Amino acid sequence: MDKTTKMTTRNMDFYYGDFHALHNISLDFGVNEVTALIGPSGCGKSTLLRCLNRMNDLISISRVEGEVLLDNEDIYAPDLDVVSLRRRVGMVFQKPNPFPKSNFDNVAYGLRVNGVKDKAIISERVEKSLRQAALWDEIKDRIHESALGLSGGQQQRLCIARALAVEPEVVLMDEPASALDPIATQKIEELIYQLKKRYTIIIVTHNMQQAARVSDITAFFYLGKLIEVDDTETLFTKPKLEQTEHYITGRFG
Amino acid sequence: MPVHLHKELERLKKRILSLGAMVEERVRMAVKALDLRDAALAEKIINSDHEIDELEVDVEEECLKILALHQPVAIDLRFLIATIKINNDLERVADEAVNIAQRVVVLTKRVRLDLPFSYSLMAEKSAAMLKESLDALVNMDDDLALHVRVSDDEVDVMLNEAYDAVKHAISEHPERVGYLINLFLISRHLERIADHATNIAEEVVYLIEGEIVRHANKGLGNE
Repeated sequence: MDKTTKMTTRNMDFYYGDFHALHNISLDFGVNEVTALIGPSGCGKSTLLRCLNRMNDLISISRVEGEVLLDNEDIYAPDLDVVSLRRRVGMVFQKPNPFPKSNFDNVAYGLRVNGVKDKAIISERVEKSLRQAALWDEIKDRIHESALGLSGGQQQRLCIARALAVEPEVVLMDEPASALDPIATQKIEELIYQLKKRYTIIIVTHNMQQAARVSDITAFFYLGKLIEVDDTETLFTKPKLEQTEHYITGRFG
Repeated sequence: MPVHLHKELERLKKRILSLGAMVEERVRMAVKALDLRDAALAEKIINSDHEIDELEVDVEEECLKILALHQPVAIDLRFLIATIKINNDLERVADEAVNIAQRVVVLTKRVRLDLPFSYSLMAEKSAAMLKESLDALVNMDDDLALHVRVSDDEVDVMLNEAYDAVKHAISEHPERVGYLINLFLISRHLERIADHATNIAEEVVYLIEGEIVRHANKGLGNE
């Protein structure tokens, strides 16, 4: 592969207690690329996403085997600082989850948690993140009003701005547009397209057309296994495996 | 949703196949009209071409509707794209049948002059290629589709033979130039039918394999 790899899973297995949720996953995520993870519910795509910034650590019975590398460093190494990892690998969730604070404080939150105290730096970073999230022009005049007053689509872009404020290298998105209307969805998709110039993006989506539109690489999962991964264009025009073909054309089960 | 899409695609397949059957019939009629110098049969082909045109438009509208409403992918997308192109080729084949019929009408008004060239053979070959390309579509048979591509070379050779025969005949019967040009044009129409059949076969290969073989070398593999 002639690309720079940002993150890699190598022979990774994941268990929830006795349940073997991911089987031997080996996958590279390229710099400045959008990788879409698709597959039916329960196939392990969100689990994989959460393995990439150790969100699954919060589940006590979970266990990871194999390797997950960020810039060739094992993120499950015992001495690794998880807070720093999550700063480098940010996450946006399915439902917009702004804190019950002002728009400004939402975006500034991660910076403050990370110890940034200089108000000028915080202000500058908040504006920059909101601009990157294509939200600044819409909310600059009510930056100190409650984030809960924003529409769903704006809230989601605020959450993206919040993730970007700490200057991550990788952005994980778990169905970021599934709760949004078509216009808000289009904005998020446009945003993903812009963001990939700076970040490595990995997105879980149930919306196949969305995967086709926004991603460079698509990986199809089924029952915890990586079935096929290819350039998005190839996967959606001539997938190599019948199982993939059946899933993306809706001939499944 | 996908169940609905697949029903629509099944219906579309039936329509394109029935268009194929209609067009095949027109070609057979044109070949027969040529063999028998049957002006009435030729007129029938000319006067019924609008039926093909209408069906072609219906199929295209159906394809556009499915694309807009279902945004199909993979095999479903390839099927739709192939159908749009095959639809176009079939309509053109029917036009060539009309062209032949028009030439036949002209020929029947003159004294018959035969060439040392078998139009029947060329017509049979072109019609058979059309049939094979449609059979390849029905049965999703890429071997048969590839065979059609090989046959196209044989028809091209026949066109050259027709050209030589007509050229020779013109020198022998300079007073029959108009008639002979009509005869030559018929071989050209038959050759175009074979070309469209080849296009259809190539679309079938694309449909099955996802590879565009249109400009690749012919006769690879089996031949």
